[in-house]
Amino acid sequence: MAPVATPFFFYMLSGIMLIGGILVITRKNPVHSALALITVLLAQAAIYLMLYAPFVAGVQIILYAGGIMVLFLFVIMLVNIDRAAKERTFNSQWLVGSVAAIALGGLFVAVYIKGNNIFPEHALSVIENDNTQKVATMLYGQYMFAFEIASLLLLVAIIGAVVMAKKRI
Amino acid sequence: MESMLHITTLHYLVLGAALFLLGVIGVLTRRNVVIVLMSIELILNAVNLNLVAFSRLWGGVHGQIFAIFVITDAAAEAAVGLGILIAFFRNKETVNIDEVHLLKW
Repeated sequence: MAPVATPFFFYMLSGIMLIGGILVITRKNPVHSALALITVLLAQAAIYLMLYAPFVAGVQIILYAGGIMVLFLFVIMLVNIDRAAKERTFNSQWLVGSVAAIALGGLFVAVYIKGNNIFPEHALSVIENDNTQKVATMLYGQYMFAFEIASLLLLVAIIGAVVMAKKRI
Repeated sequence: MESMLHITTLHYLVLGAALFLLGVIGVLTRRNVVIVLMSIELILNAVNLNLVAFSRLWGGVHGQIFAIFVITDAAAEAAVGLGILIAFFRNKETVNIDEVHLLKW
């Protein structure tokens, strides 16, 4: 199926993502930040769909918006937010941090101005209906070793998280 | 106007750069550790957006597979980071990143 009204959806989702991102880094209450981040993640899943990556979009919703954000909300409930809400929002080196971030933004703008049209558009008209099959074939074929390493990484992360969060080992 | 109405890979890259910048600002200026970790998630998402956009540009699924690996990494990083945060909160009774100065000179 050919895409419908691509510019409209792109700009709408971009607006949602940027506003959500700004809310994430400016809200005082971490729960509000988490909700804004969930909005950003869902809008990004929609953008993946626009890029013909339905499998990544599904993984994004299930794993990010469903898994990682629940983890964040649990930890927000565990730590005491009443005291943190009364304190300042920004840390003691916010001025240096802002200058560094603005310098990075200037670098991005310079790259954009200098490197315009560095990525040519390919004539890509084939719309794939077998995206998930392709991902699976590649993941269990060419990227088998990386896949196993990723499972090992998750095992290490589970053990590390339990060791870190446990009172007595 | 023509370039506004025809969405190219560059549009996705600009969006990714903007999100990356927001994440960097959050990491460098916020003082709540939970929100610093959320900003890291923003940064990883910006990178994922670029990867999937390039995957669309070149027509393969290599970029999408890399994005899936980045999501796996993000899950591992969030689990360990939040575990460290809980250990820190138990020791110091705060989530203020200015208090994390054990290694400071």
